[in-house]
Amino acid sequence: MRARLGLLAALTLALLAPSASAAGQASLTELEKEVMCPVCGTLLQLAESPQAQRERVFIERQIDAGKSEAEIKDALVAEYGNEVLALPPDSGFSLSAYVVPIVALLIAAVALALGVLRWRRAGGGPSDGDTAAPPLGPSEQDSERLDADLARYDL
Amino acid sequence: MSVRSVIAVLGVLAVVGLLVFGLASKGSSGVEVGDMAPSSAMPRLEGGGDGSLASYRGKWVLVNFWASWCPPCRAEAPALEEFQRRRRGPGFTVLGIDSRDLSGDGRAFVRRYGLSYPQLRDANGDASHDYGTTGLPESYLVDPRGVVRLHAVGPVDEEYLRDEVESLLPKEKS
Repeated sequence: MRARLGLLAALTLALLAPSASAAGQASLTELEKEVMCPVCGTLLQLAESPQAQRERVFIERQIDAGKSEAEIKDALVAEYGNEVLALPPDSGFSLSAYVVPIVALLIAAVALALGVLRWRRAGGGPSDGDTAAPPLGPSEQDSERLDADLARYDL
Repeated sequence: MSVRSVIAVLGVLAVVGLLVFGLASKGSSGVEVGDMAPSSAMPRLEGGGDGSLASYRGKWVLVNFWASWCPPCRAEAPALEEFQRRRRGPGFTVLGIDSRDLSGDGRAFVRRYGLSYPQLRDANGDASHDYGTTGLPESYLVDPRGVVRLHAVGPVDEEYLRDEVESLLPKEKS
């Protein structure tokens, strides 16, 4: 029993270890996906300009100094301004970058729902009472005309 | 006009307005000879505090955009420093603007080339955008009233400084 508990604890630690180190230790590969090359206007990950190389060296030095991801981003903002962040900060006016699309989506969904309701009330679509299937065959009038035509050509 | 029509018209106007704003802000044509030079405040590269082109009103100023990672900027730095040493005074200065550069790299560049002229720091590239620069280095000769009189794309050399810039400056007192 004790051996099984020990094995379980070891497995749990092994599973948690990578995520713990990822959370504590910043990595250039991860940061390159989250910051911009200000001169190129692309993610640093995609940039090969001399400025991008200097930015990478700056990040590596910060990592070597033991800085966290957030601290490195702060240092980059101090050097290049907020534009260096691939995603705008979630505070102040920049928060609107996150809120506005959600609000717009909600407004569009409500408008669409109201539009559909109004259209159905105006008789644009099948109402709850109109569930009977349409007649499959020709109408009585059509049947009579068909019979008359067939009689006329009957040899 | 019904409320619904007013809302529809306002919606269309808002969309058109956003499109026009987007085009106008993207299509910055930049500063041309004869235009007033932008003079927004920027931090000084060394020594702290802010500075701007407006602080030099009354002087001829050769505004030079550069960065430490830009090889042509390294090539032109000695010529600019030599020109500054020869022409600096109450009527003229070179004004360096270190653009989208690490501040440590910028300061090391200034020390390496012994640059004695004032330096500002355009960290996020706003000043470059205001001027409409298309690359680095770029230089603008601004007259004492703040009007751009020359624009050089790419590195300047001794010949350009002597033939183009100096010919516009007031004669040196002998």
